[in-house]
Amino acid sequence: MFKKKNSKMTLEGNAYQGQGKIKEIWRRLKKNRGAMIGLLMLCIMGVVLLIVPLFVSYESAVTQDFSQMLAKPTKEHIFGNDGYGRDIFARIIYGGRTSVGIALLATFFSCIVGSVLGAIAGYFGNAVDNIIMRALDIFMSVPDILFTMAVVYALGASFTNLIVALTLAYFTNYVRLVRSEVLTLSEQDYVEASRAGGANSMRIILSHIIPNSIGVIIVNTTMNVAKIILYESTLSFLGLGMPSPQPEWGQMLSESREFMRNAPHLMIFPALAIVITACSINLLGDGLRDSLDPHLKS
Amino acid sequence: MSKYVIKRILFLIPTVIGVTLIIYFVMNLTPGNPARAILGTGVPQADIDAYNHAIGYDLPFLQKFVNYLVNMFFHGDFGISYVTKQPVFQEIWPRYIVTMKLAFTGMIVSTIIGIPLGICAAVKQYSVTDTVSSLISFLLAAVPTFVLGLVLLFVFSLKLGWLPSYGITDWTGYIMPVLAISIPIAAQNFRFTKSSMLDAIHQDYVRTARAKGATEKVVIWKHVLKNALLPVITQIGMNLGLLLCGAVVAEQLFSVQGIGSLIVSRITLKDEPVIIAGTILISICFTIVMLMVDIIYAFIDPRIRAKYTKKRG
Repeated sequence: MFKKKNSKMTLEGNAYQGQGKIKEIWRRLKKNRGAMIGLLMLCIMGVVLLIVPLFVSYESAVTQDFSQMLAKPTKEHIFGNDGYGRDIFARIIYGGRTSVGIALLATFFSCIVGSVLGAIAGYFGNAVDNIIMRALDIFMSVPDILFTMAVVYALGASFTNLIVALTLAYFTNYVRLVRSEVLTLSEQDYVEASRAGGANSMRIILSHIIPNSIGVIIVNTTMNVAKIILYESTLSFLGLGMPSPQPEWGQMLSESREFMRNAPHLMIFPALAIVITACSINLLGDGLRDSLDPHLKS
Repeated sequence: MSKYVIKRILFLIPTVIGVTLIIYFVMNLTPGNPARAILGTGVPQADIDAYNHAIGYDLPFLQKFVNYLVNMFFHGDFGISYVTKQPVFQEIWPRYIVTMKLAFTGMIVSTIIGIPLGICAAVKQYSVTDTVSSLISFLLAAVPTFVLGLVLLFVFSLKLGWLPSYGITDWTGYIMPVLAISIPIAAQNFRFTKSSMLDAIHQDYVRTARAKGATEKVVIWKHVLKNALLPVITQIGMNLGLLLCGAVVAEQLFSVQGIGSLIVSRITLKDEPVIIAGTILISICFTIVMLMVDIIYAFIDPRIRAKYTKKRG
């Protein structure tokens, strides 16, 4: 379908084709109700995370007020207060900014690192491929969570180090994905034709390999953001996230355990925040996958 | 075929060494001082240096690493815990068994729930079973283990009081941790099996089978299942990594005395030998399971079998 591109097509032609493809995907995505709901939720969430901090100060998320301890939701504190009397709404907003920020950056870096390694392995093949893939096999033999824990232990928990740890845990997906994409694509007739037509490696990569593999990478990246948000909240639940006074969803849930009996609202709101965020991203990701490859839906 | 198996088993050796190297390297990024940790703070500097020298801590990194490997493989010696001052292995082993029990039970439960449901959903696409289980599995993809565990804890031990909220004293203690780690994996197995089955159902050979008049039962059991379940086997092996991740969380949540909760609690106490040894032992187990999956796969996938017969002849 889209993959059948003419090798003699000019760069402008490709650019046009690319645009048409994006339009086509968007047209199909618009028809997908789930994806649209997910996208809408994410937009709302993005706006809330960006705008609300203008009205709610960071202090209200960290100042302890024992007169308000475990207070039920009121007009002033719409989600209530936690075991230290801190405003849960503010903590969820600021925690969300940290979690989503970490997730986006870690996804970005793991995508870059993994894609480059995967492309190198797939494109050069032979010895290079062998070395990269064997090293990756060894790397993947350490379960993610243990490796991340070791990295966080060694480097200490901070915003940057968490991104480093999560990048190291997730780049492996991209290496395998991009490598297999490059391997299948370079065997396609149109790539061979353009090679026969005298196109150099750079040209083939830019005009054939990247445009044709970008879709799969985008779908995976979307799904990965959700996975990293869940994973990051797991780390903070285990006490390996951002250092203590800083709010984070996982850590809020971990703290809510002791008040579960009397104040379940401590547990409900951060749990909902995690689940709704991940759900919306997955909805969008599923929709994107279906609209990129209508075959799968049949 | 035996050549393939031997090759795979031999590759286990560099893998285990590599895994140990990665973990040992990462853990040595922060300078530690075992003598101070073990002997205490009120000891003169000379004694500290002497102790570090005696255990070989002042050696260069690679030499230290080789010593560690030799001690680990030939003497089963993982050093001495900074916290309990006992040999690490003795402390870790019983907890290791608990975690493995948890993870492997989880593997069985998630396979039993996820795969048959996935097959049903694919065979009867758009039926009630399919719609309901697809929806549930979609929701579960967004629920991390600890949230699920908290909900289970809230419902079954706080509200209903059916199950103990912490520790494993008898088999009832296993129910919630196992459910918490296996339900998300079951959902994943479900989705994977379903898409793999749907893929197979739309292949040409299935159409051929139908065209030549095979009954639906024969088509599904002989043609679709056989092909669709191959990738599922690898998936089951890969799941162990996620199950171990879940086990770490579930142990922490339900106060189970497993290796995960041990490592987490020792991270704050900076008890390096225990963290290193625990991580290495779990990784080795994971590696061996992956190896077994590869070998099983090779035995049942005619394509790999053929590749190796061709190469030999």
